[in-house]
Amino acid sequence: MADSLVASRVTARRGGRLVFRDLELAVVPGEAVILRGPNGAGKSTLLRLLAGLLRPETGDITRAGVAIADDPESHRADLHYIGHSLALKGILTAAENLVFWAEARGGDAADAASALAKTGATAFANLEVRRLSAGQQRRVSLARLFVSPATLWLLDEPTVTLDQAAVAALARNMAAHLAAGGMIVAATHVDLGLAGARVFEMAAARGDDEAAA
Amino acid sequence: MTRTLFALIKRDLNLAWRQGGGALLGTVFFAVAVVLFPLGVGPEPNTLARIAAGVLWVAALLAAVVSLDRLFEADHDDGSLDGLALLPLPFSLVVAAKCLAHWLASLLPVVIISPFLGLMMRLEGDALGALVLALLLGTPGLSFIGAIGAALAVGLRRAGALLSLLVLPLYIPALIFGVAAVEAARMGLDPAPHLMLLFGATLFAVVIGTAAATAALKFDLE
Repeated sequence: MADSLVASRVTARRGGRLVFRDLELAVVPGEAVILRGPNGAGKSTLLRLLAGLLRPETGDITRAGVAIADDPESHRADLHYIGHSLALKGILTAAENLVFWAEARGGDAADAASALAKTGATAFANLEVRRLSAGQQRRVSLARLFVSPATLWLLDEPTVTLDQAAVAALARNMAAHLAAGGMIVAATHVDLGLAGARVFEMAAARGDDEAAA
Repeated sequence: MTRTLFALIKRDLNLAWRQGGGALLGTVFFAVAVVLFPLGVGPEPNTLARIAAGVLWVAALLAAVVSLDRLFEADHDDGSLDGLALLPLPFSLVVAAKCLAHWLASLLPVVIISPFLGLMMRLEGDALGALVLALLLGTPGLSFIGAIGAALAVGLRRAGALLSLLVLPLYIPALIFGVAAVEAARMGLDPAPHLMLLFGATLFAVVIGTAAATAALKFDLE
């Protein structure tokens, strides 16, 4: 397998509480995995583990056969993680925020502008982010996916506060990313209508014995 | 990699100036604190010159602490810290770049206005030069040591007071060497040995501060 993301027998514990045990998940290029499950099932934890922001208590997460802990930088160079928080500065304009993320990932202002266009945020690119509505802010935050090319997208509830048109645009962008050989793991309750998306059910963690795999 | 670090420093400077408060607060605090001394102690030149080095250095330390509390807190609150931790370079470099940006935004202005305040405190000639040089060599260490406290205090309420308690004791070496350099120059002695010790303390702070702050932030991300 050229590129793939594999979590094998991963157990995660946060703040002493077992979140899940012996979780198995594999994602290959062109594939989207939609995480489903009740609140507290560990969807966000799994996404943070896959990004390398958290370390599993036991088990391995590998990227193209190499443990991400062994080569975190090349893993990070080839992924975008969009969490609940926007990772935007309210007192900077949308464009300034995106230019920073573009430059930090080796791009430039032109990349930032085209990224904003992809999520329909060009119209308010020159407004301070704190003046934007929640949905507009989310569009600006999602534009971070396009500041630099990355195979793996990890999305934590990306549709929250988006209107229907923006959700549709996100689904189109995700489909285009998959068609280009990208990999997506997303936690969402919205049906994005992605062809070939696989749903990964996560059960609620119920203490040490019955945690889901 | 350099490009990423430049982008980060540029952003932090931009934010510091945009917010006004952030960058200038420490500098204004420094100026006001020093200006109070001639009013409180009286304008007698010998007295002022004798306490000048200590007053200016203590004011600089406090200015550093005052400006430190948002160093990582803001990025933690809005989720930027995740994005920074996921940049394709060692996280310690990101931390070091943020410390450098803090120094440029908050403490370099202190160094720049220090000769004027030194004059007001009746420092003259070599002593004034030694003061500026000592602050220039010593204050970067304040940002890096302070980063340890700022990283540990991320996510805590009332972090400001805790930060001073954590960080100020670690500033003592810089204070001692910095004041000694100015005093040596004032007595007509060579301040160079003190300045070298001070710069040594700064280099030590860069290494230890970066490593410790990185560790604390990684723990926080988990």
